[in-house]
Amino acid sequence: MRKGSDSAGHGSQPQGGSRDSSLKIAIVDESPIRAAILEDGLREAGFTQVERIAETHNLLVRIYAMDPDVILIDLESPSRDMLEQMFQMSRAVKRPVAMFVDQSDTASIQAAVDAGVSAYIVGGLKKERITSILDLCISRFNAFHRLQTELDQAKHALDERKVIDRAKGVLMKAKNFSEEEAYALMRKTAMNENKKIVDIAQSVLTAAELFK
Amino acid sequence: MTAGKLRIGYIPLVDAAALIVAVDLGFTAAEGVDVELVREVSWSNVRDKLNIGLFDAAHLLAPVAVASSLGIGHVRVPIVAPFNLGLNGNAITVSPRLFAALESRADGDIADPQVSAWALARVVEERKARNAEPLTFGMTFPFSHHNYQLRYWMATGGIDPDEDVRLVVLPPPYMVESLTNGHVDGFCVGAPWNSVAVDAGIGRILHFGCEIQARVTEKVFAARESWAIEHPDVLAAMIRALAAAAAFAELPENLTAVSTAIAGRLGVEAELVGRALTGNLKIAHDGAVRANDRYLMIGRNGAARPDPVQAAWIYAQIVRWGQAPLSDESLALAQAVFRPDLFDAAVGTAPPHEPGENGDGIGGFAGPPFNASDIAGHIAFWRNKRAGKLRLSVVR
Repeated sequence: MRKGSDSAGHGSQPQGGSRDSSLKIAIVDESPIRAAILEDGLREAGFTQVERIAETHNLLVRIYAMDPDVILIDLESPSRDMLEQMFQMSRAVKRPVAMFVDQSDTASIQAAVDAGVSAYIVGGLKKERITSILDLCISRFNAFHRLQTELDQAKHALDERKVIDRAKGVLMKAKNFSEEEAYALMRKTAMNENKKIVDIAQSVLTAAELFK
Repeated sequence: MTAGKLRIGYIPLVDAAALIVAVDLGFTAAEGVDVELVREVSWSNVRDKLNIGLFDAAHLLAPVAVASSLGIGHVRVPIVAPFNLGLNGNAITVSPRLFAALESRADGDIADPQVSAWALARVVEERKARNAEPLTFGMTFPFSHHNYQLRYWMATGGIDPDEDVRLVVLPPPYMVESLTNGHVDGFCVGAPWNSVAVDAGIGRILHFGCEIQARVTEKVFAARESWAIEHPDVLAAMIRALAAAAAFAELPENLTAVSTAIAGRLGVEAELVGRALTGNLKIAHDGAVRANDRYLMIGRNGAARPDPVQAAWIYAQIVRWGQAPLSDESLALAQAVFRPDLFDAAVGTAPPHEPGENGDGIGGFAGPPFNASDIAGHIAFWRNKRAGKLRLSVVR
């Protein structure tokens, strides 16, 4: 509290030297895969003191014990509100300041929010030292998001295939069609009605259910 | 009106009622405003996304609107609050074990918050005497009435909330789980989470927030001041839509439609929402019910119209609990966050709330009446009360 300007970077270097590898970084993320991706990235970039915190119930205790310089947190984690309490506690050893406090770099803040990550940074750290961490975070979060979207799409495609296969089965049985004939009928109907074949297949299944 | 589609953030709680009803039951559309409601998981996110412009407006804890405008605990972003989404609506819930301990030490009716606060003080003393871990209570955010109401209540029993107990921030959906596994002994939170704990048999509602203070502004409809200045027509249309929705939500014949709309957004049973809206809450697993029509006020008795006394009260709590020093400038800034002028301009002057419903506009159950122009006096009264208590323990 009342330390809003500390993160602007005009303060002194923290003790422990200026090498980035000395920074202690905590990752608070309920997605273990994403946290692992992020941790790998940070280690590749030469940060050795990285710790992942997944559970929420003793989050503050873990953070106090680790005493990190930077806390990276998933924006979709409700635990953010717990972290905010640290601003209010006088016994906090160091007071991490939310990334949003430094409004001079709106573009990178927007990029971070879009990617879904937020950072808390101990006052006095130079901004340049943080930028590389944040950029890495943003790209890893985005990469994770892309992977997940691809995975969802693949799953979706698989689901569609299943629906079409089941509809084919229904038509083959009801109309004594071959597999090719069943598929051709659905494709033709889809084209005529300007719909997707999966929608036609779904209608076939619904109708079959009704006529049972 | 050229603001395009409005993005408005909210946290899934019953006191977002006016906003949810306005959007989902067509009141914003009737005013020609296109709104996308965005569900959020944390107050920090709501505040930050409002601050950096990802949201045009938000369902916000009233104390966060004040703190944000003063730059306390975070970056300073001036906020305007031209509409109260809800007054009151919180409750203090404790574990059955703590309730039994309080009841056995109660010197009177445990439903009286002064009696329960003294009982709590005895439990706290006993735990200290046998070196037990202090009691832990959950609340939703450092700048919240949940925090301030717990502290106010405890302090009337002579407890120092910073020394004698632990107060921890917990996201509302985690409250019940934390009470179940014993990480907290009680909590103060809004609807529907107290009822969820009661139904699960792991919590007992000890007090409604309105028994601690009769009238506090819990959630506001908040916008950045700069946005409000750029889009006065859109803001006025939003206020009208919210006012119509709030009036609609308070009519008994609309209860089912309103509960269903809110329940849909929250992902809970409509019946649970209905309890909060009607102020009829099951308080214990055995089925005991407590009714209070002040439990959550959305459009009644001038509830929606911003009252600068409420902003002064919030600022007084911020100062009392050491979150910021006292200054006349800050008080004036805090009061300027609440904007009855914008409300009046949009919907026409609302009737003032019932005269005498509580003398000072707050109706705290203990202490002298609150005087917005003497916050120093408010702080001094409570400090002296605590000092008196300390001397007593030294003598003993």
